[in-house]
Amino acid sequence: MRLIVHNMLTCNIKGVVNKFPLRIEAEKVIKKDVDFNPDFLRHMLAKIEWKALVDGARSMGYTELPDHAPALESDEPFLKKFHHALLELNLEEGSLVCQETGRKFPVEKGVPNMLLHEDEV
Amino acid sequence: MSSRPEFLAPPEIFYDDSEARKYTSSSRIVEIQARLSERALELLALPEDDVPRFLLDIGCGSGLSGETISENGHQWIGLDISASMLNVAVEREVEGDLLLGDMGQGLGFRAGVIDGAISISAVQWLCNADKSSHEPRLRLKAFFGSLYRCLSRGARAVFQVYPESIAQRELILRQALQAGFGGGLVVDYPHSTKKRKEFLVLTCGSVPTSINDGHKEGDSDDDDDDSEEEENGMVCVSDRSRPRKKQRTNKKGKGREWVLRKKEQSRRKGNDVPADSKYTARKRKSRF
Repeated sequence: MRLIVHNMLTCNIKGVVNKFPLRIEAEKVIKKDVDFNPDFLRHMLAKIEWKALVDGARSMGYTELPDHAPALESDEPFLKKFHHALLELNLEEGSLVCQETGRKFPVEKGVPNMLLHEDEV
Repeated sequence: MSSRPEFLAPPEIFYDDSEARKYTSSSRIVEIQARLSERALELLALPEDDVPRFLLDIGCGSGLSGETISENGHQWIGLDISASMLNVAVEREVEGDLLLGDMGQGLGFRAGVIDGAISISAVQWLCNADKSSHEPRLRLKAFFGSLYRCLSRGARAVFQVYPESIAQRELILRQALQAGFGGGLVVDYPHSTKKRKEFLVLTCGSVPTSINDGHKEGDSDDDDDDSEEEENGMVCVSDRSRPRKKQRTNKKGKGREWVLRKKEQSRRKGNDVPADSKYTARKRKSRF
């Protein structure tokens, strides 16, 4: 699971108010190279919740992201860090934790299990 | 024809490890999925500005359709309920992010973040109640409601479906419209039973121009079965009550009397007609 997905995922349990973001408990993180595409990064910048991205990156061991996204989007060193955090960090094993209920969604082989139990729907 | 998989078992059980492998190694299925995915991507009408988009592949399975998305340069998230199918996708090292989840429980994404969604042969699974706590209508509602919310303004969702019946297609479309979607059905090669494919094209927000322009009912004719040009074979079916070619005409009105009359007519013409006997126009087994 990459941070691009984590930044969009909410806790889907019925009745939960604080659904985003899910806290990451990382057990195994690997890095996979992805082609750098500044157009895509700029397109995504508008959608990203920056604080969740920074916290998520930190839990996966990457602390280079600035606390706020710079106003000038064409700043290339920033885009490179953004690219690395968003697309190249992969959570292989661990869990995503709902901040409100503490419910853990396990992540195995990079795939989060978001299936809800019958009573959570 | 083999029975529909939906009638055999729920998807997370039907698509077990061996079925998942069979599905993905069948070259015929791979080719069909690739073609359907290309067509679905086309119908998404993403802006042609070479900027990769962020798409959702609902019922991504082993990643066959996702690969088409990657080939077209976009990033994607794949959702599927079968762990076995997703395992195959992981093995094949697909480029998209995978999620194990049930679309009928609602897609848990933030509002307005998805640029487009496709689904190849998956949405019809929502119409079956596999567990006693499932009510298909509620699941469809949860699915379409959450999908509508997570799509960005002007984004589309394109579903290739094999509806079991016209009623099922109606149910799906009705739930989609109730959730706020606009759009309708696009049918490719409507007159060919083999090639016929149905795509539900849903729009979120602004009304697209291409669906309205596509109303070319008068253009299509039977010669299109040979023609490779998709433009001639495509019809936007707005009248949903059009009967499908598969439905046979009712033969109730042609009893023994009618057959005897016709045979007499034929004899008068001079044709060689078998003699009438007690077997003439006898009711045969329905197999005939």
